[in-house]
Amino acid sequence: MIDFDEALELFDPVMGLEVHVELGTATKMFCGCPNAFGSAPNTQVCPVCLALPGAMPTVNAQAVEFATLIGLALNCEIAQLCRFSRKNYFYPDMPKNFQTSQYDEPIASNGHLDVDLGDGEIFRVEIERAHMEEDTGKSTHVGGLTGRIHGAEYSLLDYNRAGVPLVEIVTKPIVGTGKSAPVVARAYVAALRDLLLTLGVSDVRMDQGSLRCDVNLSLMRKDAGEFGTRTETKNVNSLRSVERAARHEISRQAGILEAGGTIVLETRHFDETTGTTSSGRPKETAEDYRYFPEPDLVPVVPDREWVEKLRAGLPELPWLRRARLQRDWGFTDLEMRDLVAADGVVLVEKTVAAGATPAEARSWWNAYLGQRANERGVTLTELPITPEQVAAVSALVRDGALNAKLARQVIDGVLAGEGEPQDVIAARGLAVVSDDAALQTAVDEALAAQPAIAEKIRSGKLQAVGAVVGAVMKATRGQADAGRVRELVLTTLGVEG
Amino acid sequence: MSTVSPSADLTRQTAANLATAIASREVSAVEVTRAHLDRIEAVDADVHAFLHVSGEQALAAAAAVDESLQRGEAPASPLAGVPLALKDIVVQQGVPTTAGSKILEGWLPPYDATVTQRLVAAGIVILGKTNLDEFAMGSSTENSAYGPTRNPWDLTRIPGGSGGGSAAALAAFEAPLAIGTDTGGSIRQPASVTGTVGAKPTYGGVSRYGVIALASSLDQVGPCARTVLDTAMLHEVIAGHDPRDSTSIPQPAPNVVDAVRRGQSDGVAGMRIGIVKQLGGDGYQAGVSESFAQAVATLTAAGAEIVEVDCPHFEYGLAAYYLILPSECSSNLARFDAMRYGLRVEQRPDGTLIESAEQVMAATRGQGFGAEVKRRIMLGTYALSAGYYDAYYGSAQKVRTLIRQDFERAYEQADVLISPSSPVTAFAIGEKVDDPMAMYLNDLATIPGSLAGIPAMSVPSGIASDTGLPVGLQIMGPALGELPMYRVAAAFEAAYLAEHGTLVPDLAPALEGAK
Repeated sequence: MIDFDEALELFDPVMGLEVHVELGTATKMFCGCPNAFGSAPNTQVCPVCLALPGAMPTVNAQAVEFATLIGLALNCEIAQLCRFSRKNYFYPDMPKNFQTSQYDEPIASNGHLDVDLGDGEIFRVEIERAHMEEDTGKSTHVGGLTGRIHGAEYSLLDYNRAGVPLVEIVTKPIVGTGKSAPVVARAYVAALRDLLLTLGVSDVRMDQGSLRCDVNLSLMRKDAGEFGTRTETKNVNSLRSVERAARHEISRQAGILEAGGTIVLETRHFDETTGTTSSGRPKETAEDYRYFPEPDLVPVVPDREWVEKLRAGLPELPWLRRARLQRDWGFTDLEMRDLVAADGVVLVEKTVAAGATPAEARSWWNAYLGQRANERGVTLTELPITPEQVAAVSALVRDGALNAKLARQVIDGVLAGEGEPQDVIAARGLAVVSDDAALQTAVDEALAAQPAIAEKIRSGKLQAVGAVVGAVMKATRGQADAGRVRELVLTTLGVEG
Repeated sequence: MSTVSPSADLTRQTAANLATAIASREVSAVEVTRAHLDRIEAVDADVHAFLHVSGEQALAAAAAVDESLQRGEAPASPLAGVPLALKDIVVQQGVPTTAGSKILEGWLPPYDATVTQRLVAAGIVILGKTNLDEFAMGSSTENSAYGPTRNPWDLTRIPGGSGGGSAAALAAFEAPLAIGTDTGGSIRQPASVTGTVGAKPTYGGVSRYGVIALASSLDQVGPCARTVLDTAMLHEVIAGHDPRDSTSIPQPAPNVVDAVRRGQSDGVAGMRIGIVKQLGGDGYQAGVSESFAQAVATLTAAGAEIVEVDCPHFEYGLAAYYLILPSECSSNLARFDAMRYGLRVEQRPDGTLIESAEQVMAATRGQGFGAEVKRRIMLGTYALSAGYYDAYYGSAQKVRTLIRQDFERAYEQADVLISPSSPVTAFAIGEKVDDPMAMYLNDLATIPGSLAGIPAMSVPSGIASDTGLPVGLQIMGPALGELPMYRVAAAFEAAYLAEHGTLVPDLAPALEGAK
């Protein structure tokens, strides 16, 4: 290991990112079984996804549509004709002992994704291809210490996931990032996640494995012009881990190369707790998957009109949408970035739609509610308050029915489960006192209690008004309209404001 | 149409006649079924056509047909109540299905193949599952893990393969109908050497869903019977689009029964029939060539115009086939790995436990597969491997295209093509088991049609003078050309009957004593 910054003075990192996305189709890729996460083992299976003798696949049209949408959103060419191939290898959780995948004829190829690195800089990641394939079943290895197959006493097989449709998105080699490489990797996966969510093709839950990233990384000695040997860090399952895995591999590989060693072509595992990678399977000989065109399936020929219809119906892509919203709302880059980082864009949008001004909405969500969410250790969306409720409180402030301090108390009441803002106001007695008679009494009492100050004001020292207003506010437990109190003080003392 | 008298031997009847008699309640489906079960009981110890006989299920299915007819309901199909022998590579729910392999011994499929569903829906009575070469690999049914089937014409001889069980069941009068599968000739060659009829529809004409795959791009389910009409009637029951098979032709079943009637009434007058130059001559038994010449004469006399066609790429057919088939089967058979069904070998010969999943897979496959299956898996694995794909599999696919083009050119000159179905008549059991190449040559005439995906069938064309055994005439139609194919087959059969007074299949002599 050598220091990250030092490593990048000597080497240029070259990355390749492979992202597997489980599609949120109703049924599996090649059969009619439900595509559902979390069911009891082996309850979502049929002759086709269990590969019983004689069973044959048919292609899920919705999966083709989702893959096409992904390809279009990534600015790819959509194939005129594409085919499935068989990727042959033996593994207990793969029912057919071949994976039906796309090999040399993917549905989408040659695209790009513009990635916002967070400081306003945009980096274009070139996309090699996006292809359709099926997921395998899941093995649980029981009795060993590591949960890995090695050392286990026996293994349990769950084929519910076998045949779940996947799209694999593969980048072209990402070069020229320098020390931003880990940031680019993370930002790319984040942008992809955003995009897939907007398209409605996947729930992109990295923690549940519906989005998984393989980080391929190699180092190229500066001015050498030749790619080094890569490692493949498999199934990294959070954005943070993507960044850390890339960072770690850069330091690790640089250390080896600097010490005169060589990088071994191998798969590696990422350890969440240590932030390091460890050696998996060496790839001494290239694996021979004996690909050949799947003879049980006819080629997929996306109809051109249909493709164009899909293209025309693409939802507004997240980054374009963010730019538009920022313009509409008049937020600064920094304000917008903070909001995006807090996942608050949709909340603000809904709050504005419910009647709040963008500034009000941003201020609530980004400042006060952001703080509350932090205290609770939850995300903004997980707070038990709706954009409509926030908009209602904003409206009451605008109307003068609440002042800032009261409004915060109303919000706290809603968060505490005390009901709608109106319920909280009623129950806690939080309305601004705007009844002049009640305020006049309080003003009279305050002036009587502080005759010296009253005299100062009469003599024209208007800055002394604040003390009286403060006393009135205190007496009304903050529920008075401070502006109105000031007017009343001056009127009572016969002083021109 | 002739009907069946109660005293007649029900096992000697055509399916068409039995169906008519059952529908008109002259005879019950149960009686017909019982007669065939009795026949199986009497002769199958000698023939070994069946791997499993579903006696009770068959009688129950027959009873259901009788009850439905008693209630005055229309027959479920023109073949309702007629018994059938199902090749043991087509799955039937709850009935043992082995594909002739030890690796599937004891497996009870939890689902029905589309073909099975269609047979059941048509009221056809499934008698049981017939023997075959393991996973349909072979031309003699000697590769079955459960022992060979014997030819009812001569019990020391092979019944052809892989569908030897289905063909022998027909020739031994154990069933009037049978289902076969044809990958390189497994319906046509057994039909030829047992003197029965078997048709391979256009690729995709019958659903493969539930049919254990050998080579997906070649496999085709087809009807087998003792007459062309029976074959056509069964063809109509099983053919037609199936959404569960992506390669299934999205069209209704062709009306082949009408084509048979047309052949019976109008013959082949005005039709052009092509003789493929490359399918004859060297390598063809003298008696086979002689019978073929007679068949040509018969068709000429019936009014056909005979033309010779040149298909220069056919000579590479066998080589291409024996690259494509093993490649696909090496992948298709990968699923037999001891994980979910069938055999699982968990111990070494010395009784110690095998520790890893990979070793259990290897041991199970080592023990469960026979020699021919292993040979083809090895060949296919090699042909698909990274450095050899282009040289072998890729080239074979190119040859396939050239053969298809040969056919297309030939059909510009002829409505159908004909050849001998098999270069030789039934050979002796054991004669070619140690010589795979000699065995592969049996499919010389049938393989080009398989590679091209065209419809082809074999009809009996007499007895070879040199061996006294049946010879088959292969009739090949253009893609989706089932109608002219069946028309010619029916016309030929009618002409043969007129000349000889009896059909070839009525003669199978070896089991006369068992009657």
